[in-house]
Amino acid sequence: MIKRSFFALTKPRMTYQAIELTPPEPKKIPTPKQAMLLLNEPYDSFGQKKSAQLKKGDPVKTGQKLTLYEDSDAYVVSSVTGTVSAVSPFFGDFGRSYAAISVDVAENEEMDEQFSAFVKEPTLETVKNWLAFIPGNLPSIIFSPDQLSTPIDTIVICGVDRDLLITANQHSVVKESNAIKRGVQILRQATGIDNIIMASHEHLMQDAALSGAEVRVVDPAYPASLPHLIMRDLLGRVVPAGKNCEDLGVAFISAEAVASLGKAFNEGRIPVYKRFNVIKKDGTSVLVSARVGTPVREIFSTFDITVNEKDRIVFGGPMTGASIYSENHPIQPDTDAIMIQDHKDLALVSDYPCINCGDCIPICPAKIQVNMLVRLLEVVKYQEAADEYDLYSCIECGLCSFVCVSRIPILQYIKLAKCELGRISIAEETNV
Amino acid sequence: MFEQKKFTVSHAPFWHNGSSVSARSYNIILATLPAVLFGFFTYGMPAVGVVALSVSSAVAWEFAYNKISKRSPSIGDGNAAMIGLLFAMLLPATSPWWLVVTGTFVAVIVGKQIYGGIGGNPFNPVLVGLAIVTLSWKDFFDFNEVLVNYDFSYPMAYPLASLKHFGVFAISDFKPAALLMGQQSGGIGAVFGLGLILGGIYLIIRGCIRWEISVSFLAGVWVTALLFNMADPAKYAGPTFHLLTGYTLIGAFFLATEDSSSPVNFIPMLIYGAFAGIMTILIRNIGAYVDGVVFAILIANLINPLVDKIRPKALGKVV
Repeated sequence: MIKRSFFALTKPRMTYQAIELTPPEPKKIPTPKQAMLLLNEPYDSFGQKKSAQLKKGDPVKTGQKLTLYEDSDAYVVSSVTGTVSAVSPFFGDFGRSYAAISVDVAENEEMDEQFSAFVKEPTLETVKNWLAFIPGNLPSIIFSPDQLSTPIDTIVICGVDRDLLITANQHSVVKESNAIKRGVQILRQATGIDNIIMASHEHLMQDAALSGAEVRVVDPAYPASLPHLIMRDLLGRVVPAGKNCEDLGVAFISAEAVASLGKAFNEGRIPVYKRFNVIKKDGTSVLVSARVGTPVREIFSTFDITVNEKDRIVFGGPMTGASIYSENHPIQPDTDAIMIQDHKDLALVSDYPCINCGDCIPICPAKIQVNMLVRLLEVVKYQEAADEYDLYSCIECGLCSFVCVSRIPILQYIKLAKCELGRISIAEETNV
Repeated sequence: MFEQKKFTVSHAPFWHNGSSVSARSYNIILATLPAVLFGFFTYGMPAVGVVALSVSSAVAWEFAYNKISKRSPSIGDGNAAMIGLLFAMLLPATSPWWLVVTGTFVAVIVGKQIYGGIGGNPFNPVLVGLAIVTLSWKDFFDFNEVLVNYDFSYPMAYPLASLKHFGVFAISDFKPAALLMGQQSGGIGAVFGLGLILGGIYLIIRGCIRWEISVSFLAGVWVTALLFNMADPAKYAGPTFHLLTGYTLIGAFFLATEDSSSPVNFIPMLIYGAFAGIMTILIRNIGAYVDGVVFAILIANLINPLVDKIRPKALGKVV
């Protein structure tokens, strides 16, 4: 954990983990005995409304596309060969629900070859129908442009990582420049968008330039790689409060997803290995590669990490990740890091009031009056917070909570407020 | 079914820089030590008694209020002890016990707790306490009278009182270097200028106070005093004298910088500090009181909510 330095006259500067120019290969996690794939669709447990197409005992092959309901577009791509052992509901944070498809892994791996028939012609339809689940996570707005009010005119490839201690995207930039180059070509061809920009750290400029996209440099200090700040600093366009980058016609894709896209078309098979960092209890970070759907338990046992009661397991980095409640939680296509913290080292929040120390003011990249905002949020005055103190300008970097002397969970308050206001506005719209 | 381990789940971020309210309070207490210890050596056991009583009674008032209001005890954060210590630093060493206890009652209960405790007070609690006791029993704050039994090798006239009552020629005995080294009469912890400056620099380096407020306060005092001095050198003292006497230095580093009652944005901090500095000299030079720091900072506290509205435009704000 990065502690406040003795000299705290200036605001702390936390830099992203910079990858070496010749990084070692990521450590490979063995194929698990059982994998779990999370389908982004609520599971109808009793089969009352819809009848599931997948059931226990169905055989699946590696790379096979699995859909649960006939009339639905949502699918996952199996990362292993074996038989379906269970389909069950699964709940994520902020009330999101998934259908979890568990697969018992067979000894011999068989590859599903259906995708290879589509490789010749990289169209948007192919990407949409086969590659929404590739490692690195392809955002759905890329292949469903008709849902947007403003058409996408710019694609930004993140050759930088979203959070501290993560190197997955940088690794793709350095080691998979050919796949990225192919991926960029496919993106151009499939979407018809010519303006593709690669955001990269300065020391990786040369590797990033091989992609064929226009390279722009991102500052090495957190939180410069968050989409809103990339928009402001690299594209010179400020996202209005409450809007997101897509509303301005800019889509963000991770470098790993572009590399996966290129690999899929190069090899005729959908990639199933996801790269991510394991951040151990001592704070060291190791890049690993594992099949999507591997339970985190397998990753900890590979590294001989003992997981104790009351420890904290985080999917994502230390500033923006999400903690999970079970060792069975699977690696997902957008999992950039898995962090484990010992229960002795946890920085816990408190219910102390804001003492107005002002530490959050200079550190906020969005220049929000956090001290005033948190006073309103604590007493559930969400609408006033949005109207008067720029709730929607927040880009959710977490730095205010990081420096808070009173240890108020500020970012949690902010996200809760946004979520509640969103629910209220949906309720109002549907009541009309 | 295997035994499921229970993990800690919470919201991002999962790191914290380790700062805390208690560390902040104790750092401020640490920074006062040079000045307080100097006061102990100068004024002896009476000073020790006043400081000890002030700190302990402030903590006791806070604890009593916690009990009455049925809240969890907040004395562990060190804020009450800090209020008691700063209050004692402003008092003369001969203050009677009831004055100290009344003062800390006003500071902790009236100045802080009735507004909801730490972070909620619109005025600096120490100064609220001091203002009330000064106005109520002003004879106990006539430093010339209450410190009359102390006899040192340097003049024991209270510098600001000499200036107020006898004019500029009466202060020719006070040399800046001597004032800086604490050779003057005044509050227990307010006379040792060098110690206060060292403590202030320590707090600024550690990030416990906002340097903008201290610097602009001192600049406000210095510039305003200089302007008066230039207008009429025979009537108004020079800026250095004003910087080194009375409560100016303790005000700049320990009182004006109180978290809850001061602004947090850059430009408002400069306005707030400069305003308090200017008011200090206005009160000293043309006002009724001998020292203006207490009321100047309280008035600046009053304008704090307004000036803190001057803020940078948030990212993506649509006007």
